[in-house]
Amino acid sequence: MELTKEKLLDMYKTMVRIRTFEMKAAELFAAGKLPGFVHLYAGEEAVATGVCANLTDKDYITSTHRGHGHLIAKGGKIDLMMAELFGRTTGYCKGKGGSMHIADVDLGILGANGIVGAGQPIATGAGFACKYKKTNNVAVCFFGDGASNRGTFHESLNMASIWKLPVIFVAENNMYGISNYQKNHMNVTDIADRAAAYGIPGVTVDGNDVIAVYEAAAEAVARARKGDGPSLIECKTWRHRGHFEGDPQVYKKPEEQEAWLKKDPIPRLEAKLIELKYASQADLDAIKADVQAEVEAAVRFAESSPLPNPDDVFTDVYAD
Amino acid sequence: MAQMTYAEAIRDGMRVEMKRDPNVYIYGEDVGIFGGCFGVTAGLYQEFGPERVIDTPISETAIVGSAVGAAAAGLRPIAEVMFVDFMGVCMDELLNQAAKMRYMFGGKARLPMVVRTPCGAGMSAAAQHSQSLEAWFTHIPGLKVVMPGEPADAKGLMIAAIRDDNPVIYIEHKQLLNMAGEVPEGEYVVPLGKADIKREGSDVTIVAWSWMLQKALAAAEELAKEGISAEVLDPRTLVPLDKEAILKSVGKTGRLVIVHEAVRTSGFGGEIAAIVAEEGFDLLDAPIKRVTAPDTPIPFSPVLENAYLPSEEKIIKAVKELF
Ligand SMILES: Cc1ncc(C[n+]2csc(CCOP(=O)(O)OP(=O)(O)O)c2C)c(N)n1
Ligand SMILES: [Mg+2]
Repeated sequence: MELTKEKLLDMYKTMVRIRTFEMKAAELFAAGKLPGFVHLYAGEEAVATGVCANLTDKDYITSTHRGHGHLIAKGGKIDLMMAELFGRTTGYCKGKGGSMHIADVDLGILGANGIVGAGQPIATGAGFACKYKKTNNVAVCFFGDGASNRGTFHESLNMASIWKLPVIFVAENNMYGISNYQKNHMNVTDIADRAAAYGIPGVTVDGNDVIAVYEAAAEAVARARKGDGPSLIECKTWRHRGHFEGDPQVYKKPEEQEAWLKKDPIPRLEAKLIELKYASQADLDAIKADVQAEVEAAVRFAESSPLPNPDDVFTDVYAD
Repeated sequence: MAQMTYAEAIRDGMRVEMKRDPNVYIYGEDVGIFGGCFGVTAGLYQEFGPERVIDTPISETAIVGSAVGAAAAGLRPIAEVMFVDFMGVCMDELLNQAAKMRYMFGGKARLPMVVRTPCGAGMSAAAQHSQSLEAWFTHIPGLKVVMPGEPADAKGLMIAAIRDDNPVIYIEHKQLLNMAGEVPEGEYVVPLGKADIKREGSDVTIVAWSWMLQKALAAAEELAKEGISAEVLDPRTLVPLDKEAILKSVGKTGRLVIVHEAVRTSGFGGEIAAIVAEEGFDLLDAPIKRVTAPDTPIPFSPVLENAYLPSEEKIIKAVKELF
């Protein structure tokens, strides 16, 4: 898929939508309106956006505890997401799942996940199904640097590689697993180096550059669709916020945070769009205003939606 | 005595043993500078240093598996698994390694290891961060299972767990971490396998552990106002189980209600009910009742989670049905 003006502006809108959704969630959480935990994706928008811009509704993704960005980039509806964060019946999971379990199976979103690393074998299985049914679709697995240390990482990459499954493993290296700094939890600098152990391509890209992410993903997706098997893409990025909302982040160095805020993927793309004369500042402001209105509408939808009925506890345990 | 929270009491138990025995160390995800996901190890990194309070990668299989190896090689690890829900990831290390090594080796190995892990619902953490899985571990001979329901027991049982030469699963409840109480100072030990009567009564025995102990005590207080005298017994450890204490209490009251937060089917309440039915049938004046969570995963929305959880009201209702 070529990176046209239209496509790039579309990706910009997606990134703004993710950021706006996340900052709204932060505000709502701080106001005590959202139950449970929320893990925000702010700062990492270019990863989900650049990768998912190569996918169709028939392709699969598996997401993580930090899932809002993946869901939005794959086409998830923000009003249904917001209603889920509020625990309402109109939410994606009827209020049963919350932030960490949002899914839209019709859009190929096989769920956010509360278990770190759990998406790796699930994506492998979705890739297996695509190959088995000869659909020419692919599965993308998003996971963190921390999740790269689960046994599921090794087992999944190995299995996908021997069977040449159409799976794209996307390591979102934001350099921390909660408080644990990457150099303290793994002995390599580039997670992509691990691809060599499975005989598959592994590349490291600037995860705050949506075009770089897009291009790396385009190559991996094309390879997978051709039947040449899985790839590992490592995207170096940074979470702007704490691990979860409310995390005091004692482990982050302020100068590191400063430096990364300067590499914010959204202003970077704005500069590019203006340089390419794809948009004026006024055009970009209009997109932001549009998205802001969408997010406000999603909150209104959520807040005016009904709470579940206590008897709903018992439904959905088994299929009929 | 000192006033401490349940979390502080757990930490104090670990600290007492770490000072006494250089072979005791702590490891797990974010237990160091971060102080643990729920703050239970806060300050221990500063006090004992990075050699003894160690952050691990997100690798539960290797955390618990290496605790087995380290224990077999002479250390006394305290491994933290951030939520009991993640125990599935290290289940083989418990089920086929820790629990069976001593037996399979003809009694030649000792595995003094503790796996600390928080359980429980009540914070809208949904289906993968709220479970009560104690029955899994009780179904594996070779493991001991500890579930403190208040601060003093949290400390005393922690010290006993660390001193025990067997693998001990120490399950702490997230809702109890901030509960304050009087806790004895120094080397206070609560032996594994000894129940405690938390409230004396004569009309009905309520057996409850962990957070449900507190719910049962609140229910007993209400029942007393209506003229029903409930005895509340906390087994404190499910393996070993103090069945004599349970039978003795049922002998006194003639009625038994068992309360647990775990789902009903194959929950540990079924085991207690079976023991009393087998060994204390003549003591009973009424059928045994269980108050448990339903057989469903744990929902996110607070409305649903409240409906899901056993409550004071549900306990009171179950007790009244026996009269
Ligand atoms: C199996 C498992 N272990 C531990 C956790 C607790 N936990 C949740 S998120 C997280 C850190 C994940 O780090 P990473 O994979 O780098 O993702 P990030 O949060 O940085 O996006 C941990 C340890 C979990 N949910 N599941
Ligand atoms: Mg990370």
